[in-house]
Amino acid sequence: MKNYYFYTNKICVGYDKKPLIKEIEIELPKGEILTLIGSNGAGKSTVLKSIAGQLSLISGAVYIGRQSLAEMGRGELAKKMSVVFTEKPKTEMMTCEDVVATGRYPYTGRFGILSKEDNQIIEEVMELVHMTDIRSQDFQKISDGQKQRVMLARAICQQPEIIILDEPTSYLDIKYKLEFLSILQEMRKKKELTVIMSLHELELAERVSDKILCLKGEYVEKYGTPAQIFQADYIKRLFKIKMGSFDEENGIVELEPPKGKADLFVIAGGGSGRSVYRKLQREGQAFVTGILSDNDLDFPTANALASEVISTRAFELVEQQTLEQAKKAVDTCKRVICCRTAFGTFESANKELFEYARQTGKLEEIREK
Amino acid sequence: MKKNKRKVRYITALCLLGIGSIFFLFCHIFYGSISISIQDIIRFFAGNELDENYRRIIMDIRFPRAVAALLLGGALALSGYLLQTFFHNPIAGPFVLGISSGSKLIVALVMVFLLGKSIRVSSTVLILAAFIGALLSMGFVLILSKKVNNMSMLVVSGVMIGYICSAITDFVVTFADDADIVNLHNWSRGSFSGMSWDNVFTMLGIIVVTSILIFFLSKPISAYQLGETYAQNMGVNIRMLRILLIVLSSILSACVVAYAGPISFVGIAVPHLVKHFLGTNQPIWMIPASFFGGSMFCLLCDLIARTVFAPTELSISTVTAVFGAPVVLWIMAGRRK
Repeated sequence: MKNYYFYTNKICVGYDKKPLIKEIEIELPKGEILTLIGSNGAGKSTVLKSIAGQLSLISGAVYIGRQSLAEMGRGELAKKMSVVFTEKPKTEMMTCEDVVATGRYPYTGRFGILSKEDNQIIEEVMELVHMTDIRSQDFQKISDGQKQRVMLARAICQQPEIIILDEPTSYLDIKYKLEFLSILQEMRKKKELTVIMSLHELELAERVSDKILCLKGEYVEKYGTPAQIFQADYIKRLFKIKMGSFDEENGIVELEPPKGKADLFVIAGGGSGRSVYRKLQREGQAFVTGILSDNDLDFPTANALASEVISTRAFELVEQQTLEQAKKAVDTCKRVICCRTAFGTFESANKELFEYARQTGKLEEIREK
Repeated sequence: MKKNKRKVRYITALCLLGIGSIFFLFCHIFYGSISISIQDIIRFFAGNELDENYRRIIMDIRFPRAVAALLLGGALALSGYLLQTFFHNPIAGPFVLGISSGSKLIVALVMVFLLGKSIRVSSTVLILAAFIGALLSMGFVLILSKKVNNMSMLVVSGVMIGYICSAITDFVVTFADDADIVNLHNWSRGSFSGMSWDNVFTMLGIIVVTSILIFFLSKPISAYQLGETYAQNMGVNIRMLRILLIVLSSILSACVVAYAGPISFVGIAVPHLVKHFLGTNQPIWMIPASFFGGSMFCLLCDLIARTVFAPTELSISTVTAVFGAPVVLWIMAGRRK
């Protein structure tokens, strides 16, 4: 019928027969990574739990490798799909290794005794997720981030074809966030593991995912590749961002710009201004900045934080009109800061602006960043 | 290598518990309010003659009572272990959750009703009555556990159910008019006395079969310990397992109540002590170890109840509470950290 490894046929999910999200259609080839994004309470966990068969569907069906989940036996599903959910098990007297070993459950005999092969797999997986140092520690006594890695190891131990993760990176520091996602990518390359997860970190979602599903309201808002999803202003709309901003093209997050009359001019460019902009934002000092070409490293942040950005098109010389506009802006400001120590050959306009500012006596020494 | 070390520890601990049970079983036969020399008893078991009165004391009173204590103690501890697993709560147990008291109430009602009509009460009827009582209280506890999602509240609800049942039982016993009330009164306080071999064989059958069934569930129980989400992901039929846990633990505790009345604290204290003794909570080890631990504990407590103030006999719950209640306090204090 369809050539996808994992797909859903207009599923409708929710609790107690009350539909929360309707007509979800997911089509995912084997070995791809799908990420669910959406604001808190948008239903990401509900969708994941339904896909994993933990919540009964209100209508529709989930297929894995052309077989409907409803027709699959428990044991069979356990060998195909494993999960890492946000709730952590409350164990008693179990070492991390014991927890990982529970992943072998579908493969062991009646009494769950581990074979040599099982032990070898457990060993390999612990190496893979870099948790051999905590293997004999009590699972209750390790940090949330470490627990998360143990739970991933447990899930991989189950040798699934598809793995479902609910906000797996939430408790991890940046090193382990990157490591965690790299492991998923590696598993996907080596074993053709299909991954469905939810992430809060949009910039990571954009980088790691093959497909992204956006949840908002009763229906799936958008489903597609990261390039299709991360288009200008879309994230702001999806999350109904009212304060601060998210720049889809560059994955840059900025807080709310400072309010009030802009009486400070910042001469910047080439990435020299970003930290100054942010410092001004923290101080609540509104400012005008320029002259930036619209592909400048400083541009996204300037765009998000400055009251006015005097900009010019990339790869073009600055027009006289733009320079005049900048000079006018300097006139209305009380102070001028220059972040540049020297100007390049194609920056004559900024250099002129700098000289102009010096003549007016408004130029201040560059402040400490 | 480390794994093997752990296994050796588990096996050693399990063997010690088994040996301990057998040791106390013999202590039970050797000691009592009437002193019979140990050499005579050993010679008697070897096939020699013994005074008829002594023979009857040993064969008809001490021996069946000791075996009953061994079986019922094991059943009680195992039932407690299952309930703790079921509720993910270390202080759950048949007594605390009011399940024993529910059994007691129904058994008392049935006994008073049947004795009033001069019908002899068979042990099968008693067990059935106790089982129904256990399931009824369990039902209440389950309904309450859906409403209160809090460990201590659950226990408080169980204790309340226990008090209500006990109050009604006392009421029934007070107003029943029969000479057998004395018997009923003794029983309702909990005691291993007056066990016949018939009783012992019936409980042996029920408890052994139930315990073996439970042992065969050790794998899904180990998955259940990780929480329902993960157990389900591992392919466990959660609903089925939950029903089995409830039914099997109710059978065990009903059996205890039917024969020995409600006995407190064994169900909580023993699994906890055994867990620390073993150093693991894996069901495959904990199920047999809890059983033997319970046997040992009850044999010891009954020995104390029988002999310390002989010829006056203490109720078994008095002794189990002295040893068991501090353990519960220990658990609660430990969880604060």
